[in-house]
Amino acid sequence: MDLREKAKQLLESGEVKAVLGFEPGTHGTRRPAFARSAARSEKLTFDGEQNLASYVTRKEVKRLGRVALAAKPDTLRALLQLMAERQIKEQDVLPLIEDGAGQVSELAGAEAIEQHLALSPKELKPEDRALLDRLGKMTRQERWDFWQGELARCVKCYACRSSCPMCYCEHCTMDCNRPQWVPVPSHALGNLEYHMTRAMHLAGRCVECGDCGRACPVGIPVHLLTFNAEESVHAQFGQRAGASSKLDYALSTFRPDDKETFIR
Amino acid sequence: MTEPFEPKITAFVCNWCTYAGADLTGTSRIKYQSNVRVLRLPCTGRIDFMLLAKAFARGADGIIISGCHPNDCHYTSGNYHARRRWMIYRNLMDFMGIDTQRITFSWVSAAEGAKWAELVNEVTTGIRAMGPYAEYKELANAGVE
Amino acid sequence: MADTYQLSSASLDLLFAALAADGRRILAPTDRDGRSELNPVSSPAQVARDYVQTALSAKETVFPKVEQLLSYTLKPGEVDLADAVPKARPTVLFGIRPCEASAFAALDAVFNWDTRDAFFNARLEQLAVIGMGCTRRDDACFCTSVGGGPGSTKGSDILLTPMAGGYLAEVLTDKGRAIQALAPDAFQPADGAGKAALLADVPAAFDQPALTAKLPALFDSPLWAEQALRCVGCGACAFVCPTCVCFDIQEEADKAGGRRLRAWDSCGYHMFTLHASGHNPRETQGARWRQRVYHKFSYYPERYGKLGCVGCGKCTRACPVDMNLQEHLVEASQVNP
Repeated sequence: MDLREKAKQLLESGEVKAVLGFEPGTHGTRRPAFARSAARSEKLTFDGEQNLASYVTRKEVKRLGRVALAAKPDTLRALLQLMAERQIKEQDVLPLIEDGAGQVSELAGAEAIEQHLALSPKELKPEDRALLDRLGKMTRQERWDFWQGELARCVKCYACRSSCPMCYCEHCTMDCNRPQWVPVPSHALGNLEYHMTRAMHLAGRCVECGDCGRACPVGIPVHLLTFNAEESVHAQFGQRAGASSKLDYALSTFRPDDKETFIR
Repeated sequence: MTEPFEPKITAFVCNWCTYAGADLTGTSRIKYQSNVRVLRLPCTGRIDFMLLAKAFARGADGIIISGCHPNDCHYTSGNYHARRRWMIYRNLMDFMGIDTQRITFSWVSAAEGAKWAELVNEVTTGIRAMGPYAEYKELANAGVE
Repeated sequence: MADTYQLSSASLDLLFAALAADGRRILAPTDRDGRSELNPVSSPAQVARDYVQTALSAKETVFPKVEQLLSYTLKPGEVDLADAVPKARPTVLFGIRPCEASAFAALDAVFNWDTRDAFFNARLEQLAVIGMGCTRRDDACFCTSVGGGPGSTKGSDILLTPMAGGYLAEVLTDKGRAIQALAPDAFQPADGAGKAALLADVPAAFDQPALTAKLPALFDSPLWAEQALRCVGCGACAFVCPTCVCFDIQEEADKAGGRRLRAWDSCGYHMFTLHASGHNPRETQGARWRQRVYHKFSYYPERYGKLGCVGCGKCTRACPVDMNLQEHLVEASQVNP
């Protein structure tokens, strides 16, 4: 059965209180859609890019009850990471996956998710690969100029933060004003410090869905910053976000023989 | 007549090893360049990466971060966590174009008074040659109408 | 009283040169990686050709994203206070759409309501607007539903409408006449009879006066929570909106002194109305979304006699989850209270 039928079945049986999928949006885009009744499931599809896992920690969604969601590999990784960080329980969410023929099945439980993900290797998008290669060839000065140029457009709308499934803190460090760690206004320092902080807070937690970069209304490739932190963790410590529902967070663990080359 | 550039170096050091080591440098009467401003923390594990960003934002031309050698942390594992943090942050800073040559990480124990002096001297001389970290300082006033 | 002229593409170069010679900065939409953004330009060739809207709005020219209000230095027993003086440069906004041009009136309603905001006014005074009528629209536009239109002259000092060989030019205000006087030869007489045919077709999507009248009865409707389910609570819509004016004031200081800055803020943030007591009158995203709609379509008309929305659609285009304002308003128009 397809997502529409599956959603109807799940909602009519009361197994879930809402099914999150996608529907057509403005200008031929796709956007998240909530179906809370069989009638509203008519438009639901798997066709969309946003990481729906960012909704499962929102209180307005939690209040609805158990939810099913159309899950891509990145969504599944995010769900596992959220379980590892104890933000959701296995039974609170029902991931739905789609096979090549459009048939939808349930992935009930963390173990099922882990097994499914083992078959879905992570891949970088070609445009991201190209930009990273370009940045890799730049000198330090050129990279500084590149990022300062990009960040100058930032208006601190926090679309990046809000669309990230791992940015669920009710009181983000940006909101803290005693002390005010990072300046609120979107001037040069405020922008640089915000994006650095967010990238570091995502290190070892980022599932590399790229939603943050897509969300940016002025087109700054902020996802490359969190990707850098995440890839750094993976390359140096072997750990990966979203690999398991058991927490394996690189920055709260260590090995006595962690190797680096720069400490004197 | 302008004065020659003297770098401001901020040093984040742990209380039990490097700070004590720096004390030893003093009691041993070993001279070293006085550009360094020492900030004492209980452990390198307490050093938030934002502190380093703040040092540059507040006008530091160079930064030293130093603590107990691995396996010798007064709190057992603080320096291991710090090391991991630095490994990630250093890569991120470099990716964003921040001059990581202006940041020096080291392990200096309470017995290494001589090492502390050598470290500070080398870093200070190096930063003096690099000049002020002007492009970071310019950020402080940029982007405000 | 509008005087209508014809401006050839070639004489636009003349006009730009004359504006620059008069010491004015020209800001216009320029192309960048598939987006258009407002940037200083020196020639018409740099202006984006085929764009519908810029991502950010022109409100930055009179209400910057970060603005210094004052600064001070501290010495023992002494505070040396310096009011910031806005660095308002004579500026011409070239090529912005009629919807954006009309938005300045909505900003003015707030910034000159009970106190005259010196910063806003200093910048507005130095600003002239050469608008560009729309021969194209996209699915997010709904100017005609809110009293505007692709050829509306509201807020422009000169309105250009693209036509074969150049532009129709309506010189509308004293500021517009002053610009014309800088390059009088560029403006050839013409009649504006053909204007309507040049413009994009934007049928009205909903009856705004009827919606405004209906909103008080809809306040407790579950509609708003339902619409807001996919809203992620960022500030993108408020920040790109040419009429949104909410701001935060931040102090950045240390023992030696400091500065006070004004920065954009958004009613979509969950902490926007968080009280020090911990109580939040707009605790859910539904309540915050409702606020956005009501502020623009109910409270603004009530308080200022004008709408807080110009139908530009920037919010819709900027939203990471496509909260299409027009669509939501159409739905609200149709729902029973």
